[in-house]
Amino acid sequence: MEVERRSLSSKQASARQMLRGDLEGEDLDRYVEERVVTTTFEKMLNLARANSIFPLTFGLACCAIEAPISVVTARYDLARFGAEALRASPRQADLIILSGRVSIKMAPVVRRLYDQMLEPKWAISMGACSSSGGMFSNYAVVQGADKFMPIDLHIPGCPPRPEAVMYGFSKLQRKIIGNADQGWRQRYNAAGTEEWARGGPASAPSPEAAEAYEAAREISLA
Amino acid sequence: MPDAPGLELIRGEIERDHPGSVLATSFDRAQAALVVDPAQILTVLSWLREEPGQSYRFLSSLHVADYLPAAPRFGVHYELLNRDRVERLRVKAMLVDPAAPALPTIDSCVELFPTAEAQEREAFDFFGIVFRNHPDMTRILLPDDYVGWPQRRDFPVGGEPVTFTYNEHTYG
Repeated sequence: MEVERRSLSSKQASARQMLRGDLEGEDLDRYVEERVVTTTFEKMLNLARANSIFPLTFGLACCAIEAPISVVTARYDLARFGAEALRASPRQADLIILSGRVSIKMAPVVRRLYDQMLEPKWAISMGACSSSGGMFSNYAVVQGADKFMPIDLHIPGCPPRPEAVMYGFSKLQRKIIGNADQGWRQRYNAAGTEEWARGGPASAPSPEAAEAYEAAREISLA
Repeated sequence: MPDAPGLELIRGEIERDHPGSVLATSFDRAQAALVVDPAQILTVLSWLREEPGQSYRFLSSLHVADYLPAAPRFGVHYELLNRDRVERLRVKAMLVDPAAPALPTIDSCVELFPTAEAQEREAFDFFGIVFRNHPDMTRILLPDDYVGWPQRRDFPVGGEPVTFTYNEHTYG
């Protein structure tokens, strides 16, 4: 078999021809406009973050059957959203799903896990128990996990269906991208009534609080 | 499961060896129970464990109940099991509640039944029953700094009031 011998420059020329395609002039401009998106670096970064979340392998109670166990199986397949890589170490995780009741003895442990996760990090409170205490209105259970850690998203249900978990997960993705759903505010035409939008206390912390925050941040960064 | 006459026979035999140790018997829904003097609980348990005719050598459960309006308030229940005859016998020791800071006490049976170690700690954790001579009388399930004995009947349930419409109508 004879091998065709060509010079390097002729190979490069033919490769360029192949890449350029058949389009010329206006058609080529339209083709490029349809296929190339310009955006800011922040938005692109958020897009990447939203589609490659590493959840923490972490279950608290019966909701753990639905969230980290069912949702990653073949029937529901969280891998479609790029979140199938569950991490067993909080150092490698982006998302903690509080799946079940948080007892007062477990709360410091959960808080420590959340503190050990690296920024940026998100937390989902899944089910009635971790959102509000649920049916466990008693001495042993924390009445809502947002009493001791920030929660980005609450998923109602007892337990929520895996579909509800995935719906909440896609809501979290939109929040990460920076296009968070307004929820009831959108439904009742009440956008702009948020505390931060009205100039409430959350929008501007007091000088003492800001100073304390900065001091704590410097200590934690040092 | 000893039947009602069998239970009375057991009582008679214990009374013969240790007079005054059994205060009462109860046979309800085919379950036999001896109510014993808390001061002699170890005597009764070791008798039931060692006596050749009885040999209840397995403690299947140790638990406490709070009978608050009743006069001896706390009942420490020992569920004994003879695994050869598959016979169960319940031993109850009723404890009087002392004044507020003091806690009711009873002898620990860890020497007889090592399985009671964790169960007595749990009873201490939730009811504040102190078991004398227990190797490690500390809380087992609740946080170590927890204050109170939450499974007692006079302990507040806890939680938070929720503004359901039902509560608004009922309580204003």
